[in-house]
Amino acid sequence: MTIRTLRDYGQHYRPRMACLKNVEVFVVEMQDPKSGVKGADQKLNVTIIPHVINGQDVLAWIVTKMKVTTEEAQAFGTMLVAYGYIYPLQNHRKLVLVPDSTLYRFQTPYFWPVQKWPAEDIDYAIYLARRNIRKKGMLEPYEQQHYDNLHKWMNPKWDFIVMQATEQYKANKERKKPDRVVLDCQERAYWIVHRPPRRTHSAMDYGLDRLIDPNAEEVLTFDVVRRTNIFLTQALMRSAVKSSVSLTAFVKFVTTHHNHDPFLTTPVPSNPWITDSDEFWQLNSRSVDIPTKLSVERWVLSFWELISDPRGRVDFKLFLKKEHSAENMAFYEAAEEMRWGAASAIPEKSQFIFNTFLKPGAPRWINIDGRTMGLTVKGLVVPHRYVLDAAQTHIFLLMKKDTFYRYLKSPVHKDMQKRALVPAPHVFTDAQLEANVRNRNPGISPILQWQQEEEEKAAAAVAARPIDVKAMVATNKLDRK
Amino acid sequence: MNSPPHFICTPFSLMACQGLASGETLKSLKAESETLRKKLEEERKKLHDVELEKVAEKAEALGELNMKTRRTLKGHGNKVLCMDWCKDKRRIVSSSQDGKVIVWDAFTTNKEHAVTMPTTWVMACAYAPSGCAIACGGLDNKCSVYPLSLDKDENLAAKKKSVAMHTNYLSGCTFTNSDMQILTSSGDGTSALWDVESGQLLQSFHGHSADVLTLDLAPSETGNTFVSGGSDKKANVWDLRSGQNVQSFDTHDSDINCVKYYPSGDAFASASDDSTCRLFDLRADREVSIYSKDSIMFGAASVDFSLSGRLLFAGYNDYTINVWDVLKGTRVAILFGHENRVSSLRVSPDGTAFCSGSWDNTLRVRQEGRGVGRELKQGGTTLYG
Repeated sequence: MTIRTLRDYGQHYRPRMACLKNVEVFVVEMQDPKSGVKGADQKLNVTIIPHVINGQDVLAWIVTKMKVTTEEAQAFGTMLVAYGYIYPLQNHRKLVLVPDSTLYRFQTPYFWPVQKWPAEDIDYAIYLARRNIRKKGMLEPYEQQHYDNLHKWMNPKWDFIVMQATEQYKANKERKKPDRVVLDCQERAYWIVHRPPRRTHSAMDYGLDRLIDPNAEEVLTFDVVRRTNIFLTQALMRSAVKSSVSLTAFVKFVTTHHNHDPFLTTPVPSNPWITDSDEFWQLNSRSVDIPTKLSVERWVLSFWELISDPRGRVDFKLFLKKEHSAENMAFYEAAEEMRWGAASAIPEKSQFIFNTFLKPGAPRWINIDGRTMGLTVKGLVVPHRYVLDAAQTHIFLLMKKDTFYRYLKSPVHKDMQKRALVPAPHVFTDAQLEANVRNRNPGISPILQWQQEEEEKAAAAVAARPIDVKAMVATNKLDRK
Repeated sequence: MNSPPHFICTPFSLMACQGLASGETLKSLKAESETLRKKLEEERKKLHDVELEKVAEKAEALGELNMKTRRTLKGHGNKVLCMDWCKDKRRIVSSSQDGKVIVWDAFTTNKEHAVTMPTTWVMACAYAPSGCAIACGGLDNKCSVYPLSLDKDENLAAKKKSVAMHTNYLSGCTFTNSDMQILTSSGDGTSALWDVESGQLLQSFHGHSADVLTLDLAPSETGNTFVSGGSDKKANVWDLRSGQNVQSFDTHDSDINCVKYYPSGDAFASASDDSTCRLFDLRADREVSIYSKDSIMFGAASVDFSLSGRLLFAGYNDYTINVWDVLKGTRVAILFGHENRVSSLRVSPDGTAFCSGSWDNTLRVRQEGRGVGRELKQGGTTLYG
């Protein structure tokens, strides 16, 4: 087990433990002589220890004070023990709250986490040395390891450490036995929290330090203030919406999606995670012939829902093909590809898009207004990934406001609504469920699926290319004989 | 054609850096700041005509939720720091403190790929939209992309590509709508957009005054913004194209550990060390709801919404997961089971389950279930029904 040296990865500042402030207030209330947890004197190995509480009382008190269930109170109580606000007297290494007659004591505020944090190695060395002086061989194996390591790393300071340890040991001997026992317990509890034994974790483990000091006052130079002013001016210019409007929109969204949320409405035929049958995923996949009714209902909600669902997009493209306006969707997809694609592909893609969609007389010429067309073509001279934004937005809005509604009224869609499946909910017997667990379908690897989709796309691209009449004549395809 | 410009600079940052004009002092600028802030507050107050609780009265109450652990994924040797779902709704990538990144098929609980990073504390991992690659990074200050292969024996580290380069630890990463771009956030206070193929920086986002701890990309149809949360208690919304900070929210009392967009893209939730989760309305430009309870005193580490946006799942540092009713602001359920902090929590892409990764080295997939199933012990992995 390694010692926690200051591992400097350039991080310097501890994350804030704001939570402990509230916990401390709570613990103080717990110790209130009138309304807090009732403590009593307890005899432990010949000595009488004052203010001992038992786990059951603590739990009951938390339940009443916080008005929570026993389970939650138990979890919170365990956190109190884990952080060292309460420590167990007997099984001192197990930092949990056991709701029976197990004995605990409140930790003295001197040893509270925030007071002495982080726990210094030198203090630990003094503590271990003192225990060694008191009785050799009393250290646990993990403590012995720590001790040996510290002895190696802190060798120059070792004389000081031994001297401190001896002083403390002598001072301790002067004390009365009960006080000594109590102090020992407290200190031992403190070190269990901050230097946990093997294979246990410390609640004080917060992960990594922060790089920038979150407590430092931000240095307000003139450019920072000016930037803030610009930001505020822009924020003022931006129009915000009334709360009633936006909040109603949230409620509406939740209500319309209620039936589609597997946490609120049991999915049909069944939730794959519960019954171990992946039929739900198979019925909603991209390549399925007939989609489920729930999917179709979801497509109706908005244009975005329609094209976000791969199966829905397939349906929409089918409709567009019938309407002979497939170039809009093709352009949208091509523009998306350019926007989110690799930087090196931009010149080639922009050339392709220009030739296919924008050039006068292009085979799949899209119908956008003159101004947008002009801007786009001009921008394509030095293409960047956002050059098609204006045209793309125009086409998207066109599809959203016009084509989508025609799609909803179209025979393609109405037909699909009629044919859509309502799968029967699964009713598995226990034996069947166990069989399902054993025979879980590994499914297709997403890599294979992606490859399939790419092949399909390539085939579609070939099919969409304009027909070269001369080539067809050359290969005698048009010959009627 | 000329080579495309990759960096899009705004005139505003240039304006800000110019020297003080005549008649301007730091004091006068600060005073201007104050007046602008007050004016903005007034404007926003005028639009604040109703609270979420009032509007949510129309919504029907939720029934009792009974969530159970359906899968426990054991295999990490150390704290699980981050996880992400694949678009196929069943695969998960998770990263841990000891540098291991594992790709699981959570449905069968099989491990499909494992990569050992040359660094510890892999705090960020993401699955590519195509399902063909993963990205991860942490204390190495880099974000690396590993293309996945069908060959189980292939050494994935051979094809690794270093994409992002920050000056301090990587706290979050996500692919945009394709495999070709990555958005990263770092402890050095910046976020950045990178081109995967060339490793080039496409846009950087400056504005946080402390470590940036989390980020999330907007799901809306325009998909042009993302939100980031930091150690400076602020949550900022950025425009991908211009690199500008378009909105800022600073009502939290402590570090923001996680931000997630609402499914419609018009709001986002944040989880913070001050033990609260909050919902921020982007259109009305204000905080609309606080999810907190007196009995919850420990910091929230991770949040995510259910598919309809009605439920908010939050993982806390006291080892529990609380489920909140987003509209009514009440807690619907509390889930136990983890033996250490819940570090990351995500709902699957089709909303059928959610997975929580914890510092107790395990990941748990949980779902709503009313009395279906039974328990079956199978070779070391316990499955709960």
